[in-house]
Amino acid sequence: MDLQTAAQINSFLAAFVLLTAFGMLAQKRISSLIHLFAWQGFLLSVNTAIVGYLANKHHLYISSVLTLSLKVVLLPYILHVLVVRLKIRREVETLVNIPMTMLIGLALVIFSYHLTAPVRELSTLITRSTLAIALATVMIGLLMMITRKHAVTQIIGFLALENGLFFAATSATYGMPLVVELGVALDVLIAAFIFGIFFFHIHTTFDSLNVEQMARLKEED
Amino acid sequence: MTLTFTPADAASGSILLLFLLALAAGLMSRAQRLLIIFSSVVATAASLLAVVAGAMTVGSGTTERMVLLLGLPDLPFHLRLDPLAGFFLAVIGLLAAFVSVYSAGYLKGFIGHRPVTRLVVFYALFLAGMFMVVLADDALFFLISWEVMAAASYFLVMFEDERPENRKAAYIYLVIAHVGAIAILLSFGVMAGISTGFETFNGYTFDAMRQANFPLPWATAAFLLAFFGFAAKAGMVPLHVWLPEAHPVAPSNVSALMSGVMLKTALYGIIRVTFDLLRVFPWWWGAMVLALGIVSAVMGILYALMEKDLKRLLAYSSVENVGIILVGIGLSMVFTSFNLPLLSALALTASLYHILNHAMFKGLLFMGAGSVLHATHERNMENMGGLIHVMPWTAALFLVGCVSISALPPFNGFVSEWLMFQAFLLSPSLPNQLMKLFMPLGAALLALTAALAAATFVKAFGVTFLGHWRGPQRQTIHEAGWSMKAGMIFAAASCLLLGIFPTAFIDWLHVVPEGLVGGNISMSAGVTGWMWLTPVAPERASYSGIGVFLGVILVTAIVYVVLHVRPGRIQRGPIWDCGFEKLTPRMQYNATSFSMPFRRVFGFMASVRERVTLAPQQAHPAFPLRLQYHLRIRDLFWNLMYKPVADASFWLARKVGRLQQGRIQSYLIYSFVTILVLLLLAGI
Repeated sequence: MDLQTAAQINSFLAAFVLLTAFGMLAQKRISSLIHLFAWQGFLLSVNTAIVGYLANKHHLYISSVLTLSLKVVLLPYILHVLVVRLKIRREVETLVNIPMTMLIGLALVIFSYHLTAPVRELSTLITRSTLAIALATVMIGLLMMITRKHAVTQIIGFLALENGLFFAATSATYGMPLVVELGVALDVLIAAFIFGIFFFHIHTTFDSLNVEQMARLKEED
Repeated sequence: MTLTFTPADAASGSILLLFLLALAAGLMSRAQRLLIIFSSVVATAASLLAVVAGAMTVGSGTTERMVLLLGLPDLPFHLRLDPLAGFFLAVIGLLAAFVSVYSAGYLKGFIGHRPVTRLVVFYALFLAGMFMVVLADDALFFLISWEVMAAASYFLVMFEDERPENRKAAYIYLVIAHVGAIAILLSFGVMAGISTGFETFNGYTFDAMRQANFPLPWATAAFLLAFFGFAAKAGMVPLHVWLPEAHPVAPSNVSALMSGVMLKTALYGIIRVTFDLLRVFPWWWGAMVLALGIVSAVMGILYALMEKDLKRLLAYSSVENVGIILVGIGLSMVFTSFNLPLLSALALTASLYHILNHAMFKGLLFMGAGSVLHATHERNMENMGGLIHVMPWTAALFLVGCVSISALPPFNGFVSEWLMFQAFLLSPSLPNQLMKLFMPLGAALLALTAALAAATFVKAFGVTFLGHWRGPQRQTIHEAGWSMKAGMIFAAASCLLLGIFPTAFIDWLHVVPEGLVGGNISMSAGVTGWMWLTPVAPERASYSGIGVFLGVILVTAIVYVVLHVRPGRIQRGPIWDCGFEKLTPRMQYNATSFSMPFRRVFGFMASVRERVTLAPQQAHPAFPLRLQYHLRIRDLFWNLMYKPVADASFWLARKVGRLQQGRIQSYLIYSFVTILVLLLLAGI
């Protein structure tokens, strides 16, 4: 596999990451959402391995395996257990309707390309063209957190956002030092656990996982 | 090995001792009685150590420096003991020593009510903070010490925190102290930035600032920030509102220190920044300080006069005295800017002298008020009276304080105010027409202040100690204990000694103004020997404290002998009651009635609301059974300056509070939009 092919595979995977991101925006069912998230993690993991091969950086293989085990297996499993335990059958509730969300997402992707144009001109990395997609994934993750009412979808948005950051790190600088990546992976894992515990508490307190209920916690004036 | 003992060692030893006391007090909280005695002894020793350090430094005119490798990395603490710091160290230490002696007795009153451990800990920290403020020689250490002092005094004001008025007072105090501290911080920032550039931190030492040349606009900014920051702590009108709230509610030994010396650390800051760090200034700075000082003096004493709470009265009188001291500082600045070092030294000497005097007599008066409070559990003068019969010692010592603060010879208040007037009377030599015009007005207002102060303290003493008890019923009132008496006697003795030996004191003091403004008045002050104080020249004005003192003793002795030489010359009989026959204690002059004429004349300077109503259940106003008299006097500045600011900040807080919607999505949108805007700005 020569470098040119690898770079094309990298771009190809990036396109699929973006596709999964949009898929998550469009998806109405929570279980499918978790599947899409797992797919995104898988693409990310493969991409990391390829970038590791491209840049000849062996620690990226470790983070690839880490991504595979965490974001493809463990986190989707935790989320799945949560959904089953909390008996969440309902479809995803959104604040803004889905076509509108998709349009905003499109605008964000264009914005990201516009924003990273100077970087693409300056950078010498082969993977530089995927930076725009990474940034778009971050913003779409954030958009998902904003437009969803349900707490579980919000955490998926958060994790997607983290995926985007990870993607940006690998494509913009060939990955962060291993120590940092290990730390980030641990953080995400712990965040997922904490979210899980909180969901149970929110569920018992409000009898719902709709975050709009939490407006009741606001101080009255 | 030779053991040399320098003033700086004594000063740092004193601070160390106080920190150890603060630590030890926490461990001794089980044995409250022992703790009180122990803390009193240690605090007195530490304070006396500071007095020794200060007195030696001023006496020898030397300057010592120390660098402590504490604080932030690469930013060590600088300490410097120069004559100015030494003078303030001595003043603070002297009153602190007296008050610490007094505390041994005063704190016993709390036994059985509440533990005093907290009071002792913060008392020690408070003293240490004040000592550190005057020793600090860089902005960092200065501000840390300043905050230690402010925070410790906040907790002292909060000591009896179950009363809402204490909590309110402490809150106001904390807010104003911190607004002031921010101004001081900014001022140091400006000075440090100008002296070594805004890129490095090296300018934070006072030495760097001393070597800098400040452009006038920056110097003015630094001065105004520092002046108003310090003035907020000093209690200058209109930044004084915390003072009459916080000083009365603190335990009386703390009030004595807060009024007597804590305000002086702020004045120290003004003197340090103006004369030592900025050095060169235009005349209008001095004129501004002078004008604000006069306003403080007049307003302070007017509010004091209308007050019926003994400790609030004393607190307002502190506003007045801070005003008088600021007048001296302002005069000195004006004279310096017109290059008249001798006159400047005279005005500054008067200020410094008044700083020491005020520490002594205000400390004495607060201790006296504390004894009264301790005995009667009453702060309202309307319910007091006749205490001279049960508390003769306290009454006599309080009287000494009253005479001193009213600037009557032979006590110390007279000397410093007289020096102040001498400085005023020499102002026609100023080359500025405007100043020449306004100086006599200032002198006249200062004279009015002195007269009103005398009226105020006639009222304070007369209503509290003379006449008959006005309260509902008479509890068992007891004289103050030995340690309280001892503390007050020391302070009263200092008042007398400072009043009758001013020449010696000015001779000791002369290095301070000499180092700051270059003039030396000790040559002319003692030119005709130690008996006569001649600030400028003997033919111009002279005063002999000891002469007046001996004269007073002589006249008293003659009168006594004349009256008592033959038995039967003095007869005691019933009071002439104008034929009314049924005089009751309620018919006495009280605090409100005494100040009524002044309220009529000067009432426009306060917000006075006076109302007379009939008691409700009465048939017809033509046949009143009972009349009710309501009087409410409030500080003019509270409604004028503070309430609008407080209201505006609450209004703003409510508007900003709308941002808080309680919905996670909204908060996420805030972050999202912020990120997008920032990215957009970065993209452009």
